[in-house]
Amino acid sequence: MFVCRTCRQTVQRVCGQHSATYVQWPSRACVTAGRGSFEQRRGVHNTRVQCQSLRTRLLQNKTNLDVSLTKGAGISASSSLQGSAEENAQKFQRPMAQTTIDEEEVKKFSNLAELWWDEAGEFEALHSMNELRVPLIRDALVNQRQQESEGTVRPSLPLEGFQILDVGSGGGILSEPLARLGALVVGVDASEENIKIAQAHVMHDPKVARNIKYIQATVEDLVGTEEEKFDAVVTSEVVEHVADVPTFVTACCQLVKPGGSIFLTTLNKTYLSYALGVVVAENLLRLVSPGTHDWNKFISPQDLQYILDQNDFSTRLLHGMMYNPLMKRWSWIKNTSVNYAIHAVKAT
Amino acid sequence: MAMSLSLLFRRCCPKNRQALHRLFSTASTSESSDDADIVISGGGMVGASMACALAYSDSFADKRIVLLEAAPDRGDFHLPKRYSNRTCALSPSTAGLLSSFGAWEEIEMMRSQPVRRMQVWDSCSDSMIAFSQEDMTEPLAWIVENDVILGAIMRRLRQAPNPVDIRFETSAKSFVIPHVSESWEEKSKHPWVKVELGGEKSIYTRLLVGADGSKSAVRAAAKLHTVKWNYEQTAVVATLRLAEAIDNNVAWQRFLPTGPIALLPLSEEFSSLVWTTTPEDAKHLLKLPEESFVDAVNDAYWHERDKNALADKAVDGFSQLLNNIMPGGTAMKQLPPTVTGVEEKSRAAFPLELMHASHYVRPRVALIGDAAHRLHPLAGQGVNLGFGDVECLTRILEQAVAGGSDLGSLNHLLTYETKRQRHNLPVVATIDGLQRLYSTDFTPLVVARSLGLTAVNSLTMFKNLIIQRATA
Repeated sequence: MFVCRTCRQTVQRVCGQHSATYVQWPSRACVTAGRGSFEQRRGVHNTRVQCQSLRTRLLQNKTNLDVSLTKGAGISASSSLQGSAEENAQKFQRPMAQTTIDEEEVKKFSNLAELWWDEAGEFEALHSMNELRVPLIRDALVNQRQQESEGTVRPSLPLEGFQILDVGSGGGILSEPLARLGALVVGVDASEENIKIAQAHVMHDPKVARNIKYIQATVEDLVGTEEEKFDAVVTSEVVEHVADVPTFVTACCQLVKPGGSIFLTTLNKTYLSYALGVVVAENLLRLVSPGTHDWNKFISPQDLQYILDQNDFSTRLLHGMMYNPLMKRWSWIKNTSVNYAIHAVKAT
Repeated sequence: MAMSLSLLFRRCCPKNRQALHRLFSTASTSESSDDADIVISGGGMVGASMACALAYSDSFADKRIVLLEAAPDRGDFHLPKRYSNRTCALSPSTAGLLSSFGAWEEIEMMRSQPVRRMQVWDSCSDSMIAFSQEDMTEPLAWIVENDVILGAIMRRLRQAPNPVDIRFETSAKSFVIPHVSESWEEKSKHPWVKVELGGEKSIYTRLLVGADGSKSAVRAAAKLHTVKWNYEQTAVVATLRLAEAIDNNVAWQRFLPTGPIALLPLSEEFSSLVWTTTPEDAKHLLKLPEESFVDAVNDAYWHERDKNALADKAVDGFSQLLNNIMPGGTAMKQLPPTVTGVEEKSRAAFPLELMHASHYVRPRVALIGDAAHRLHPLAGQGVNLGFGDVECLTRILEQAVAGGSDLGSLNHLLTYETKRQRHNLPVVATIDGLQRLYSTDFTPLVVARSLGLTAVNSLTMFKNLIIQRATA
């Protein structure tokens, strides 16, 4: 579903065949009133031409616009246009799962592309959060393996043999350490630029590159084919940027093997998290660029645990985290009012 | 027959995975670039011990470490009969580091002399201070020749479980450091450090460790700013023969206005001299015939020409006062041994300066040892700080590997820098302060320092604290 940028009414998709391409159309109300602008996003490159022609055709055929808006189903809409039937028939159809991406969020991060890997720069806090996240994941998975079987593990590669999905991998800040510890990591991000940056960064290190795969997709894209494939799914600092949290978390949960783990780190929705996480961090100390976090999107651990519970997960660990801006380090604290991490395990 | 064949086979086959890989790899001789995890530039005591510490560490079992040393390979170390004139005072924490990879046992098998007491006194007054561990059982330090230390470390390095690629007669022509070197912008913009060895050969490494001494090329390439101070002093070293064989476990140091003269025990009959003095004086001393030189040394320890009457009176009165408050607290002044001879060709001199790098690290570059800091030898702390750097960096790199970080990542390198600077800067500042304090014969300062020294001498707790800090 898409939202008209002008009047915020939801409108139905038109271009249903190109999973990564989404076109924002003005609502019918806006079109009739003469407002609203056509905005088009580049998607998967080989479909760009199609969408461009689609757009021009639609511009020319304004009457068809009303038809396409009311029809709803993507395929029928585009086939109602002239000359595109045979092209559409050839097009590969993927289940479109765009409901949890928020356009604004994706754009925000793409703008910060070059700064991802500057450890003293914009993403300093994320880099130093690895000090907490990586040992958490490493120890939890190693314990999981020890309980299951007594295999021989090379001490320098404790995560060898594990398949991990890093949702919202961004520039690969968390994916690379996990891959360096031996895990097979699939990094997934909605922003194409982030995937490109991550891939460009990892290609120089052959030992790590052979353990990571970056895919530009959303979690829902993976649900159809990769269900119950991963030993662990990690979504770190993503949940607070997602439009529809229950769907997102459910999709993540579906991808975990029975007995596998899910790790989430995000911010709590409290007055303190507004004060510290938004006002102080963004405006006063400039730890992250202003506008990165929307307090309305924060979620409390209880709500998150409820969603996990509904998906047959049992929480193993819920712990707060705190960032010390003077020392530029994260530390574990009991209080979950601002940042917290959850580790939950799927029922077998 | 079959058994002997299998024995032969086992002996011919490489014993570990890495060597096996090299046997079967198809690397051609025209290959110009190489990959390494860590390149240590400089195979001196500190560089070699860094390589050794990493080679014996479990976390680095599958990592490729390269050590570049400009000097030729001298093979296995054979202990020479004569003592070398360059020696170090190793602290107990350094002994701990060296024993972690077995080098300390090698040193003890060769030769080392424990120091159980240290006496420091002034030539301008009667004040003195004596350090010793309680009960005189634990040594304060060990005096070991530099060659012995290096020989022991290299021996252990060659036997390391994870073989280190030691390249003798190799020194890097230049370093291309990301975001720093001008040539990096123009060329490939590879994110790793490129160590150019000349002759079209180069190594790409995740982390470059600079252990190449006070005139470090790595530090220059990384454009790290340093604070430098030329002391305008030269240190004269020599191996001296003592008048009689004694239980030589005391280090003697007397502060002259031109600089401190120190006698460090090497064995029952021999001691090592480190005499810091003005450059002209040093040149003169090196030219003196043997007997005159011995006379000069004895004179330096026994003369009373610089005695300041006021300071003497002040110290007398103060120590009487202290004796009344804390009877038996002050240590007694002992007399240093007399020197009768100097080993031929053992006299040498080297200039002294203070140097401290404002930053020890850059992304993918770290400095250890003299490349980061160079001190005045008056407290024998220089090499111990270097070994402390090695220990700290090894532990931090092990933690980084456990956390899956990139070896050259700035996060943990900054932790190393902070830790070491916090430890090193006070030592550097204190030693520099002491050197300045004792290089004058300006009466008020003499009186002040004499009283201060006498006071500290009677505070056993404070002395123990100093010993702890110096040996930590």
